[in-house]
Amino acid sequence: MAVKQTHRRTEEEILKEQSDYLRGTITEGLADVVTGAVSPQDAKLLKFHGTYLQDDRDVRTERLRQKLEPAYSFLIRVRLPGGVCTPRQWLELDELACKYANRSLRITTRQTFQFHGVLKRHLKTAIAGINQALLSTLATCGDVNRNVVCHNNPYLSPLHEELYAWSRSLSEFLLPRTRAYHEIWLDRERITGSPAEEEPLYGRVFLPRKFKIGIALPPSNDIDVFAQDLGFIAIAERTALKGFNVAVGGGMGVTHGDPATYPRLADVIGFCLPDQLLEVAETVIRVQRDSGDRTNRKHARLKYTLDDRGLDWFKAELEARLGWRLEPAQPFEFEDTGDRLGWAQDSRGQWHLTLGIVSGRVADTPGVAWMSGLREIAKIHAGDFRLTANQNLTIGKIDEANRPVIEAVLKQHRIPDPGRWGGLRKNALSCVALPTCGLAMAESERWLPSLLARLEPILKKAKLAKDSITLRVTGCPNGCARPYLGEIGLVGKAPGRYNLYLGAGFNGGRLNTLYREGLSEDEIVATLTPIIMRYARERFEGEHFGDFVIRAGYVAAVSAPRGFHDQTPQPALKPARTG
Amino acid sequence: MNPSGPLTPQQWEALKRLVEGISPDQILWVSGYLAGFGGARRDLAPSPTLRVEESQPGVTVLYGSQTGNSEKLAQELHSRLVQEGWSVRLEAMGSYKTAQLKRDACLLVIVSTHGEGDPPDNALPFYEFLHSKKAPKLEGLRFSVLALGDTSYEYFCKTGRDFDHRLEELGATRLHARADCDVDYEETAECWIEGILAALARDRAPRIDMPVPAQVQPESAYSKKHPFPATLIENLRLTGRGSTKDVRHIELSLSGSGLRFEPGDSLGVVASNWPERVADLLASLGLDPSSTVPGSSGGEISLEEALLREYEITTLTRPFLEGYAELSGSQELGQLLKEESRGLLRDFQYGREIIDVVRGYPVHGITAGQFIALLRKLPPRLYSIASSYNANPEEVHLTVSVVRYESQGLQRHGVASTFLADRVAEDGQVPVYVDSNPNFRLPPNPEAPIVMVGPGTGVAPFRAFLAEREATGASGRNWLLFGDRNFHSDFLYQVEWLDYRKNGLLNRIDVAFSRDGEEKVYVQHRMLENSRELYGWLEEGAYFYVCGDARRMAPDVHEALVGVVKREGGCSRERAEDYVKELQSSKRYQRDVY
Repeated sequence: MAVKQTHRRTEEEILKEQSDYLRGTITEGLADVVTGAVSPQDAKLLKFHGTYLQDDRDVRTERLRQKLEPAYSFLIRVRLPGGVCTPRQWLELDELACKYANRSLRITTRQTFQFHGVLKRHLKTAIAGINQALLSTLATCGDVNRNVVCHNNPYLSPLHEELYAWSRSLSEFLLPRTRAYHEIWLDRERITGSPAEEEPLYGRVFLPRKFKIGIALPPSNDIDVFAQDLGFIAIAERTALKGFNVAVGGGMGVTHGDPATYPRLADVIGFCLPDQLLEVAETVIRVQRDSGDRTNRKHARLKYTLDDRGLDWFKAELEARLGWRLEPAQPFEFEDTGDRLGWAQDSRGQWHLTLGIVSGRVADTPGVAWMSGLREIAKIHAGDFRLTANQNLTIGKIDEANRPVIEAVLKQHRIPDPGRWGGLRKNALSCVALPTCGLAMAESERWLPSLLARLEPILKKAKLAKDSITLRVTGCPNGCARPYLGEIGLVGKAPGRYNLYLGAGFNGGRLNTLYREGLSEDEIVATLTPIIMRYARERFEGEHFGDFVIRAGYVAAVSAPRGFHDQTPQPALKPARTG
Repeated sequence: MNPSGPLTPQQWEALKRLVEGISPDQILWVSGYLAGFGGARRDLAPSPTLRVEESQPGVTVLYGSQTGNSEKLAQELHSRLVQEGWSVRLEAMGSYKTAQLKRDACLLVIVSTHGEGDPPDNALPFYEFLHSKKAPKLEGLRFSVLALGDTSYEYFCKTGRDFDHRLEELGATRLHARADCDVDYEETAECWIEGILAALARDRAPRIDMPVPAQVQPESAYSKKHPFPATLIENLRLTGRGSTKDVRHIELSLSGSGLRFEPGDSLGVVASNWPERVADLLASLGLDPSSTVPGSSGGEISLEEALLREYEITTLTRPFLEGYAELSGSQELGQLLKEESRGLLRDFQYGREIIDVVRGYPVHGITAGQFIALLRKLPPRLYSIASSYNANPEEVHLTVSVVRYESQGLQRHGVASTFLADRVAEDGQVPVYVDSNPNFRLPPNPEAPIVMVGPGTGVAPFRAFLAEREATGASGRNWLLFGDRNFHSDFLYQVEWLDYRKNGLLNRIDVAFSRDGEEKVYVQHRMLENSRELYGWLEEGAYFYVCGDARRMAPDVHEALVGVVKREGGCSRERAEDYVKELQSSKRYQRDVY
């Protein structure tokens, strides 16, 4: 399917323009108690406020037959720059999750919390509660700058502090200024008779599409800096921050069967000083605001603006608006995209414990009492909590004396020691998908455990159990778990059917390539088994799985961004039912 | 009665003297002369008797009906009396002028009892009048009462008994003894009607037969006595996962039945009992299932068949207990049945069924015949129809709350609800008939606004109302108030209401879910919250309908309605009550409560 060349603004653009700075009829929609939903228009505007209308897809058809509307509920996403929160905030969010959501917190791939299953009648109370915890949900979704992600390397605490501070500054600086949020959720009065609200950065129609910013600190690429619209790669000398390489145009989202859509890794275009960070970010956003495609939402991210106009044009436009030139990029090297799981001591002698949480789902299950255990830790912990972009959790700044106490709580709640985990499990990500996500075409979070349970014995047999291989699973091609950066990427296509991608760089520097289409779980296992076995036999010393599959000829390396679709996938082992 | 009628004593004496000495032929001539004389002078129809009066004292059939049964019986009695040549007036208690009472010579009352011994809604004003100090002395009036009720209720036939007692107290003479009907009222009612006709015939004067056109109504071949075997075409659960209830949407095919119904009518479902309970009962009684017993409508059938299809085997009625207590000789049961143990008996009946008594107080050597004699006929169950004939002439829809609970360590199954939900297979057949309810009708004027209060399965007739108004293009505004336990799982027909709201048919819908919040909210709270709008609708001529639970909801809604009028009309409670009574008597406040 080709890109639609309508040249007419999308209905979303008109909606934004007419929304009175994101107000729409949200208040009226919330007051309508006859339905658990809001109007489609308000649902779009609500994203800017940090909440998505969803429904329990497990019961959608059943309820339709029962003459009941879908089991609507809302997702609420918190703004948590750098993924850091205090134990007190943890407790407050935990309470909100137990009271108004599905008794769980979910750590997202953008280092923040998501609540699922919040009913409309509780939405306002829940969002107000998040604000009472001195957090916000504003602009965690929608055509604005989303939650700013930031590296989480506990070995380098002083730099972490500094970069975390920059992530906060970026987050604050790029927030929408509309008062709609405060009026709707926090009962602030609208100042009547005032001149039209100024939205100096975003304007009436905000950005053409979502915008994501991340800060990485080499050698760790734990936030997948090349997947960001705007990535900052911190350049440091020992513990002194020199500045940032600027990378632009990353993004994951793809539409199945539409070659005009593709994932793209960000290009490094230069270097800026820490003091220039906010100015660069704002100006990149301004260029995209004015140049991005507002006629086609599947072609509206910065990555397409860059490819349509050329990187040189973009850099020139950026520098012209800045009034100064970026310095040449500084050398850097990334080693991996994972977290350092387990206990670590920083240069100041404080301890940090990074726990592995499969799919980031914090909930009490028959196996592990995650929710209760972390609640107990939050009650006694004096440091901080840091959510990672790999859906894990670091309990940061633990005093020596507190370590045994925390270890006891972990044990009591059967929270697993990730040190014992295999390399695949440690490096696995998944999006939420079914039953709540409206976009999902296949299972993801609920399927990952069974997939791991099938692949781990094969790796064990191949004596690769401890070797790190990145696995990224999503229920649709939009890319929440950055599937095109997995050495093994699985993207849902239909219930029980996935496209298999292979060959991404272990350090997040290369996209993967479509290998097989529409595979079932059995077919995935059957397809991967011989490749894994051969990898175990034939790999070079230190050769990563993603590199091996290219060398062995399973897939070709992706060169240019548009090259993502160049390879025609080989047919599946058996004719597979697709889409 | 004064033998002289309207004549003065002098005239009476003169007449007696004249008549004493003349022959039968002369009498005939004189009566003809007098009749012609009277007709010429008064322009009155010739009367078969010599008594010609200003307002002829005739027979009045007065009924108070909630579900329409009393009304139907009243119509039946009326037409039988007319056929016998009586001058009869048929009156509903709701519209009966109390001043007429003094002029009536014979009053035949047919009235049902509801809930805690309450009269039907539209009978209440007359009931209250008759029991008040304003009631006139009624010497000279002859009367008889047919009471309708249900022995499973504590105050069985209370309204009828009250009328019977009060009329006597006011000096009226009983023409024929009162009869109390249980749910299977037909036979008892027929006996009473026969009795009335016989009693009237005994003391009436010669009459001239006048041909009376028989009331002809186009009717289906199917009726309560001959139910139509309707095919079950849909049985789906309306309550979503996590609900505390199981409410079904049942669709039955009426194709080929010729049955018609109007919004507000009920469907009679002739269900059979739960086979497991029949087996329990047979085992507990130690009786042979194949032993023969008299069927409820004559003939011999097996005991098992009788228990399965013919007799009520669950509800613990007082008559059953009385009979059973006698058989068992149980002192405990005997004690419960004493007048002073009413409270204890009620507690005992709560959560117990016949099986519990049979098990708890075994009667050694009880015979099948003895046991069957204690049972009443298995009554059909009535469900408010949830579909419109005009919208869906081939089908009838029901909204059925499935009754299943545990009590005294035993599973309990509502007879008809579990029959429909569990025991009729898809494409299986359900014997049904239409039970018309003339007291629950859409406004005759399609432009009149309506307010419908229907929590729980009480919403059923309003689904019919809205479908009818859509099908007939009625332009009146529609306001629905619905309530249940949980929004998520119990919002019956939610998608349909949302569609109706979207397409403009449903102008307003308010909902109350009692178990979603910390405080329990019900429909009456929504009425009070929206009192201004509600009063506005009433002032604009809206009809106000209530359907559902009679015990708590209906009185609460009634109270709220009075409260709304009081608040928004800025009047006293008395005035507000009058306002609501006026709504009732003008048929703008109708209820179908059970």
